[in-house]
Amino acid sequence: MTIWWKSWSDFWAMGGQAFFVWMSFGALLVAIVVEMLSLRLRRKRALDAIEEERDLETEN
Amino acid sequence: MNWFYFSSPSTFYGLAGRLAPWFFVAAALLAAWGLYLGLLVAPTDAQQGEVYRVIFIHVPTAWMSMFLYFVMACYCGLSLVFNTRLSAMMARAIAPTGALMTFLALWTGAFWGRPTWGTYWVWDARLTSELVLLFLYFGYMALANAFEDPRRGDRAAALLALIGVVNLPIIYFSVQWWNTLHQGSSVSFKGTSMHVTMLTGMLVMSASAWMYAIGATLVRVRSVILERERRTAWVRSLGAA
Repeated sequence: MTIWWKSWSDFWAMGGQAFFVWMSFGALLVAIVVEMLSLRLRRKRALDAIEEERDLETEN
Repeated sequence: MNWFYFSSPSTFYGLAGRLAPWFFVAAALLAAWGLYLGLLVAPTDAQQGEVYRVIFIHVPTAWMSMFLYFVMACYCGLSLVFNTRLSAMMARAIAPTGALMTFLALWTGAFWGRPTWGTYWVWDARLTSELVLLFLYFGYMALANAFEDPRRGDRAAALLALIGVVNLPIIYFSVQWWNTLHQGSSVSFKGTSMHVTMLTGMLVMSASAWMYAIGATLVRVRSVILERERRTAWVRSLGAA
């Protein structure tokens, strides 16, 4: 369970393959953030639609 | 215990809301452990250098892309045969997360392929069939939302999802059936198997992806339920309180 890297700069450099490694892990991070935001937006829209229908009903 | 109690959207709505946070907590803890093993502890791969670390995302998302499709298709089958409302809603809730997993598997595969194969993309059996899976998810979502009556959308999309199941064994066995750049399965315990830390990291990340997918599906199905049941009395009474 010891850390493989000698230094943080070694870690970020990923043996010269940093671009490919971090493009992959970065995409994972972006994907999770995007999905969390879209889930929140969808819930907000669904609740707004319910609110709208209720308002329409009270007007009539 | 009444097994059909939670098959009603109104009761499942509450259950999903109570369970979802726990799945996200489990996903986060497992991801922290898996990323620690995969990025910090696991040694360099003798042949590929550091880029092999993409495996800790690539394999879990690829597994989940197929598994989620299978679960989605099962819900589609249930909704077609028994006409149960909640199963169609669950299928709709799974699809976007399944598509996301498929996209991530393809994306990370491209960035792994460039330094190891010399190309981001090649039209070989494994890659092409996984791309077809992404289009099946897109097709399912488009068809499900293409009808004025959501129940008709459920049925049409369910049929597409069930036909698309044929693609799953094609993806899985593609590396055996055709000559492909993509390597065969690494997860076997004979011969030159994976380093134990690499294998553990990959399995932990897979467990995390699993928990995450369940959490996201539960949160999304709550919105689907609200959208579909917004004219019912129980939904009306939700916000009023």
